[in-house]
Amino acid sequence: MTGRDTHEAAFGTLGWFGRLVRTTAFKLALVNLVSYSALTLFLIAYISNNTATLLDRQLEATIGSEINSLAEQYRRGGLRQLVSSVELRSRRPSASLYLVADYSGNTIVGNVADLPLAVLNLPDGQPTQVTYQRLDGDVSREFRAVVRVFAMPGGFRLLVGRDIAERQEFEAVVAEAFQVALVVMVVLAFLTWFLIGRTVLKRVESVAETARRIMSGDLGQRLDVTGSGDEFDNLAVSLNRMLERIEALMNGLKEVSDNIAHDLKTPLTRLRNRMETTLREARDDADWRDAVASSIGEADELIHTFDALLRIARVEAGSSGDSFDDLDVREVLADVGELYEPVVEDAGGRLVQAGDGPLPIRGNRALIAQALTNLLDNAIKYGLPEEPGEGSPPVRLEGRVADGEVRVTVADAGPGIPEADRERVLQRFVRLEASRTRPGSGLGLSLVAAVARIHGGRIELGDAAPGLAVTLVLPRRPEAERTGGDGDHGGRDD
Amino acid sequence: MSRAAMRVLLIEDDREAASYLVKALDEAGHTVDHAADGEAGTHFAETGGYDVLVVDRMLPKRDGLAIVEDLRRRHDHTPVLILSALGQVDDRVKGLRAGGDDYLTKPYAFSELLARIEALARRNRPGDVDTVYRVGELTLDRLSHVVTRGGAEIVLQPREFRLLEYMMRHAGQVVTRTMLLENVWDYHFDPQTNVIDVHVSRLRSKIDKGFDKPLLHTIRGAGYMIRDGA
Repeated sequence: MTGRDTHEAAFGTLGWFGRLVRTTAFKLALVNLVSYSALTLFLIAYISNNTATLLDRQLEATIGSEINSLAEQYRRGGLRQLVSSVELRSRRPSASLYLVADYSGNTIVGNVADLPLAVLNLPDGQPTQVTYQRLDGDVSREFRAVVRVFAMPGGFRLLVGRDIAERQEFEAVVAEAFQVALVVMVVLAFLTWFLIGRTVLKRVESVAETARRIMSGDLGQRLDVTGSGDEFDNLAVSLNRMLERIEALMNGLKEVSDNIAHDLKTPLTRLRNRMETTLREARDDADWRDAVASSIGEADELIHTFDALLRIARVEAGSSGDSFDDLDVREVLADVGELYEPVVEDAGGRLVQAGDGPLPIRGNRALIAQALTNLLDNAIKYGLPEEPGEGSPPVRLEGRVADGEVRVTVADAGPGIPEADRERVLQRFVRLEASRTRPGSGLGLSLVAAVARIHGGRIELGDAAPGLAVTLVLPRRPEAERTGGDGDHGGRDD
Repeated sequence: MSRAAMRVLLIEDDREAASYLVKALDEAGHTVDHAADGEAGTHFAETGGYDVLVVDRMLPKRDGLAIVEDLRRRHDHTPVLILSALGQVDDRVKGLRAGGDDYLTKPYAFSELLARIEALARRNRPGDVDTVYRVGELTLDRLSHVVTRGGAEIVLQPREFRLLEYMMRHAGQVVTRTMLLENVWDYHFDPQTNVIDVHVSRLRSKIDKGFDKPLLHTIRGAGYMIRDGA
């Protein structure tokens, strides 16, 4: 049997109590119990020891002063006065012991019945603890006292002592206090362990139970948050956030596969049908060539769509692997603007760049650039007239900082998107023309939205009056505040 | 077209893709050896004598990147084109760090692959250290940034200069739109609008307009080429 088995066997039968013993709460309670007992023991020992010393000193002081005063009596009136004085004091009820003995140890006067003879031969002035019997009390009972002996000429000796029953009582009280404290501590430790253990256990069990339900496929499950704001709540909130992210990713994945199934199967079927028709009906070389050329075109289109889908999925999963750097979107804007300026012009429009100053963000240059090219592609495709007419409609590319956010807007002067459709176009494959005659996969804005999301930003569709204004809103890099204000002077970041 | 015949080593496990490439490269006038897995590929590559290696990333027995790393460790600088279905920026970076010279994502057009390996083979030749490129009467000075044709200076924008420089470095070779986008603009994605065409046609109007003989040619279905002669 291994140690674990023994453990199981020992606690297995105890059920929840067994599990309680294995909890961290139990170990904590045990450690607490041991350390507090040690502390209490130390405190009590320290206090009682010090108190005892103090009492001893008081005792000795009392004895000392009595001896001094009796010695004074002896000096003044000799043995007679001492004896009468002792006799007087012995009669008073007190904790004091008196004895005057002759050279052979016989009692002359005093209130001590039986005392070891050796005591009387103690060196002068040395306080000693002795056991004695009282004359006035129960003879069979033994008392303890601290005594001091004073030697007088002629072998006479004076003994003065003080009963230490009070001190013993004090010690007994201290010992009892310690015992009580120990019991209270053990009880409290058990109680803490039991209560904490049970709460912890309950919460942990609820987490485990939720995890089991999630694993069995119910991704919508969330951990309970009690609202107490304790560590368990914090943990639950964090885990719930993680679960939300996972659920969103799973949904995204499912959506991608649905989209692939739905939107890629159609062109694939078309491609296949065309090839089949060609196989059946092609008469000459030219027919074959045409069919193959158009099939290649279709395949390229498919690849393009597929790539776009995968890219969106990867961006949304945040696992594109593309690293985030400190960058100035202004430079990306300049680059993309340079690339697109002649394209816009050739399409019959003109590219207008607006805004100045740095646009510091933490992000991925390639993703931002791609998002912007997608927006510019859209502006060219949908924002410029198909037949160039009078004037050249503007395509605005603007970047500015507002409310701690970097706002990059691509606006065209085209027909725009009706308010009602603006939310819809961000979804994958949604295109506003049902006929789908214009080029495009309907994935451009989805990718822009995904890029915005992964940067912690968003995408806003607005009215450029006339035309569509798409704004990529990204959080401004906070530490850039120090290097430049709201960006009217240099401060280029690379 | 003035193409020097190359010896190409193709390491690719997909039989159909491989036979297609072997055939197409052969038709383009190049000699091709084919290895179907990583171990055979390493063995072939070690014998040397190739102008270009085309290496698939995911191979049985031995990973494509490991082959390239091995090659570089032995100080073999044969140009390598990595082929892969993994096309994200980090995949590219990994491929290029391993010692690849170029990275092409599957699926690809053969014209793209051919253009890229021809450009790679050229890179390995000593002629590349020239500071002045010449194609017919067109010259480009890489140091002074002066472009002339027939003795007259042609003023180019910085990006136009880089575009022309890249094309002249690969004079006589097909340069695809993707290659231009990657090498001149450093963008690794495919814009829907054909932005490159617009830039090339602007460049063309600057260097060819008013001259009898066009130097910048469009190669249908593949890309562009700068060359002297029809």
